[in-house]
Amino acid sequence: MWRWFHKLGSPKWFYAISGRWLPWFAVAALLLLSVGTVWALMFAPADYQQGNSFRIIYIHVPAAFLAQSGYVIMAVAGAIGLIWKMKLADVMAKCCAPIGASFTFLALVTGAVWGKPTWGAWWVWDARLTSMLVLLFLYLGVVALQSAFTDRNQAARASALLSLVGLVNIPIIKYSVEWWNTLHQPASLTLTEKPAMPAEMWVPLLIMVAGFYCFFTVVLLMRARVELLDRERRTGWVKDIISSGKS
Amino acid sequence: MTAQVDVKPVKRGIFTAMIRRDLTAAFRHPSDLINPLIFFVVVVTLFPLAVTPESDFLREIAPGVLWVSALLATLLSLDMLFQSDFQDGTLEQMLLSPQPLYSTILAKVATHWLLSGLPLTLLSPLLAMMLFLSSDGTQALMLTLLLGTPILSFIGAIGSALTVGLRKTGLLLSLLVLPLYIPVLIFASGAVQAAVAGLPIAGHLALLGALLALAVVLAPLAIATALRISLSG
Amino acid sequence: MYFESFSEFLAMGGHGKYVWIAYGLAAMIFALNLVMPMLKRKRLIVEQTRQLRREELHASDS
Repeated sequence: MWRWFHKLGSPKWFYAISGRWLPWFAVAALLLLSVGTVWALMFAPADYQQGNSFRIIYIHVPAAFLAQSGYVIMAVAGAIGLIWKMKLADVMAKCCAPIGASFTFLALVTGAVWGKPTWGAWWVWDARLTSMLVLLFLYLGVVALQSAFTDRNQAARASALLSLVGLVNIPIIKYSVEWWNTLHQPASLTLTEKPAMPAEMWVPLLIMVAGFYCFFTVVLLMRARVELLDRERRTGWVKDIISSGKS
Repeated sequence: MTAQVDVKPVKRGIFTAMIRRDLTAAFRHPSDLINPLIFFVVVVTLFPLAVTPESDFLREIAPGVLWVSALLATLLSLDMLFQSDFQDGTLEQMLLSPQPLYSTILAKVATHWLLSGLPLTLLSPLLAMMLFLSSDGTQALMLTLLLGTPILSFIGAIGSALTVGLRKTGLLLSLLVLPLYIPVLIFASGAVQAAVAGLPIAGHLALLGALLALAVVLAPLAIATALRISLSG
Repeated sequence: MYFESFSEFLAMGGHGKYVWIAYGLAAMIFALNLVMPMLKRKRLIVEQTRQLRREELHASDS
């Protein structure tokens, strides 16, 4: 088991293995996303109250899931890099940040767009949207801190610490925003219909969530591979790859 | 000629020594201390000027305005935490010394609070009066500031420690620290609003107390790690 | 099929603007996330091939 963990630290090994896994994840993502999108747009029923704007849920909810898990993955990878000084973990953490931030942005905007036909306003200060906005700030902070350091390793360690501090704070922030929200909003419509969703609605949702996660894996691996090529440019195996011009 | 600090490996020794040293150093530059306070007053003054001096309106927004202004003033004062020590090499000495880092950091944050949070708390009744905040509200304001500003100092110190080696840190520090300030802001401002409405605030204060306890225990660890990272470049 | 005709599909019962903005934005974000690493990779390979060639030249000079 430790040997596998140790191997995981080897960029060359990771590059080879991720190269083999990437096509599979890509195919899975493409399949799940196409089936999911078609089902979401054309076959799923509209909501009784919200009409067809309900279809936005098939983008908003997966994006929100990814936004939150992305941050956790980034923080955990950062922690591993910080504690065990593993280069690969640092690379993963660094690559998670922009991807996670983009999905947070997507979740935020689709949440707002969904709010317009539902509640009549382009933006509402409800608990979920506000928490998502704060999450975006946390992501942007990590990205900003990363780019502020010139030394790559120092940058990785600093942003790892910051994302861990953020991770500890996220439950506190969520709790405080929800508490604040109950004071200032009357019984609010929750954007997502909870358990009372019929199968025709939650099956495509599940498919989309799975598709989003596969896509996340694909782009994360793509970014990580490029980052590794960049970092390890002086090594033999990278030079071979570059000179052979293969993908 | 190195300054001799009482090298007693007793926690209390370094703690009080550090505080005494930092306070003396700070009072040599009184403008650094007054600036955040002036900022506090000016920002609060901007609101009646920008919107309306009507007492009903000001009374309503007072809890939020006062707390946001205090928060921003604290943000301004975070520079002084580690910057000068970093520049003259004292910070490195602190990390290398056999004195427990926890006490050293605790002392630094305590000094920061004594020089920013505490004066803000003491100044707040004056500003509360200017915004027509009721006496219940003012009392709650002072209590929440008393509990909340140390939390702001602790969290701010983490950001300060992460950015101490960087140039042009001002905006970056705000971006890093402000999202983390939000819970304190929500609970503190909520407490003041509740007090104005005549509701009990024991729950709010307990929450703030819990956050403070969490900060005292966890923040120094993060600050120490951040300092080591910043100095390793 | 939930919709009777293509024009109905586009209109989305009056909410078409919102649904298509959301799905369109999603498509853009997906595209961006795919394209950026691909571009960076290309740039890296071009830059490094040039660098390697330069080093070979220097090596053969000395």
